[in-house]
Amino acid sequence: MGLLSWGMFPKIITKKFSLRDRAALKSYIEETDEFIPYGNGRSYGDGALNENILHVKPYNNFLAFDEENGLLTCQAGVLLSEILDSVVKRGWFLKVTPGTKLITVGGAIASDVHGKNHHVEGCFSECVEEFSIMLPSGETEICKKGDELFYATCGGMGLTGVILSATISLKKINSKNIRQTTIKTKNLQETFEAFEKYQDMPYSVAWIDCLAKDEELGKCLLMVGDFADDGDLDYRSKKKLSIPFNFPSFALNNLSVKAFNWLYYAKAKDGTSKQKVDIDTFFYPLDAISNWNRIYGKGGFTQYQFILPKEHSYEGLKEILTKISDSGKGSFLAVLKLYGKANENYLSFPLEGYSLALDFKIEDGLFELLEALDEVVVKYGGRIYLTKDVRVSRETFEKGYEKIDKFREFRRENGMDKKLNSLQSKRVQI
Amino acid sequence: MSYVLIIGAKSDIAKEVARIYAKNGYNIYLAARESDSLEDLKQDIETRSGVDVKLKEFDITAYETHEDFYASLEEKPLGVIVVSGYMPEQKSAQKSWDETLRAINVNYTGAVSILNIVANDFEKERRGFIVGVSSVAGDRGRKANYIYGSSKAAFSAYLSGLRNRLYESGVEVLTVKPGFVATKMTENLDLPENLTAEPCNVAEDIFSAQQKGRNTLYTKPIWFFIMLIIKHIPEFIFKKMSI
Repeated sequence: MGLLSWGMFPKIITKKFSLRDRAALKSYIEETDEFIPYGNGRSYGDGALNENILHVKPYNNFLAFDEENGLLTCQAGVLLSEILDSVVKRGWFLKVTPGTKLITVGGAIASDVHGKNHHVEGCFSECVEEFSIMLPSGETEICKKGDELFYATCGGMGLTGVILSATISLKKINSKNIRQTTIKTKNLQETFEAFEKYQDMPYSVAWIDCLAKDEELGKCLLMVGDFADDGDLDYRSKKKLSIPFNFPSFALNNLSVKAFNWLYYAKAKDGTSKQKVDIDTFFYPLDAISNWNRIYGKGGFTQYQFILPKEHSYEGLKEILTKISDSGKGSFLAVLKLYGKANENYLSFPLEGYSLALDFKIEDGLFELLEALDEVVVKYGGRIYLTKDVRVSRETFEKGYEKIDKFREFRRENGMDKKLNSLQSKRVQI
Repeated sequence: MSYVLIIGAKSDIAKEVARIYAKNGYNIYLAARESDSLEDLKQDIETRSGVDVKLKEFDITAYETHEDFYASLEEKPLGVIVVSGYMPEQKSAQKSWDETLRAINVNYTGAVSILNIVANDFEKERRGFIVGVSSVAGDRGRKANYIYGSSKAAFSAYLSGLRNRLYESGVEVLTVKPGFVATKMTENLDLPENLTAEPCNVAEDIFSAQQKGRNTLYTKPIWFFIMLIIKHIPEFIFKKMSI
């Protein structure tokens, strides 16, 4: 049986074991040489792929909800979408959510995901009060901020143990709607100015046209927003569209991407405009189309996401965007974001600065281009996001993550490096 | 809000069906053998949706208990969903009468026993809905699983008759025919991904079809077309085939 990552690359044969109870998990860990936990398969890269996969999604009971204080305890296989289905109508929302709600709580912790409000709220681990985890020894531990295991596990790509359940704190809301402002910019300079101007807004994200060149390089739609206060909590997930099959590989090329980007930008008004949109539209635009990954064809795709420290972001981004636009490699709109301070977790991605995420179809010449981009990232002191990665070299990876040796040592000391491995962990040797 | 009674509540499909009805505001009776083991699910659903969940001890093959079971429900349900099912391994069922009988009793006799009682009540009250989870395997007997398939065929025929009978009283009957579903039961089988549904999607489809008052639901819908073809292969060819 083959389980795929969201990028549908690489394709490997896997043996799957579904997590349903702790006793069975304990025996599985004892009997299995090496495995990696797998949530809902939304990581783009190979961070959750191995020959043996522990399928965590069936382990998905809600355990307790303290409605007064917004504290939810649930098992690791619960999807963020299930949490929203339950809590939004009661006036609560996730403090931190990535651009898809179709990931598990365990996956959110292991990737230490971040959202459009990183500059205000930080990563997902900020809202994790505690979690329980089964270690390779078969023992279960409860883990809180301050514990070394906490710092290693949040962002630790499932390489420290099997997260079983977590208590997360939620954010009070009084509406399912967001008041959004869209700012259309003409180039990278304007884009940066707009980010600075709106940095006090709780949520912000920019969609960049990465095929734009020269004086238009870095033009974007910046969307900022905050929850409305209209008392409308009648939240229902929308019916999804579906891409029924893998698009043929020629469907996505320089021209079609250009056309899409042109349409996308033409739709938004020039200057600044205001809209009221709901949670799904604002936070999860791509979830509206299930299997949207199929538009890249059956060869798969990858997302290249890097972050640069603030002081070098402008020149670094300019260099990278120029390289991409010169290469003509097709990516739909790329996502640019401003981040707040880094946290203490060993392998969490964010640091204070700007990050750019771009999708690329897997094709000849792509990895060479990405390696050229890696050089720029390393030169400016940036790093690559493991959750999206499928090809980064050990050297590039190490240069970006200064706590990697601590992480390696922690794994060795606790026997985690023997039991828990992914294709990625082997490639970058963590 | 009204109760929905879920018969055979331990299966993966039942779990998701219960969750989705609860999400839409229904209280839930979970009926199964050793219902204590459903304590976690009860907690899960109550936490998610804030509805009331009651665990009920029920054995679908203990027909003599069914009258009392239904009479003992504190509040009569607005809907009953039969998810119970038993799929014996075909080769062992061919050799073991116990296995064959168990499939027939769980999939057909037991389901008929409880639904007769429910139908009489709903007909009298002129309200309610019945959902029976049958199988595409009941659409045509194949050598690979005709013992299971024939018990489901009988159940499908029963539901069709029931729908016909209850039409006048406004009670709706939905026959669900899932194809492959990724559950505990099929975990070790190598199922084709495009034809295999997730339990949560099956549950969503059941809820939506029931709310719309549909008669038959194939899930995934592609199975309607697959079975349309399989049903129409002439017998003199079909008997030579291995599908």
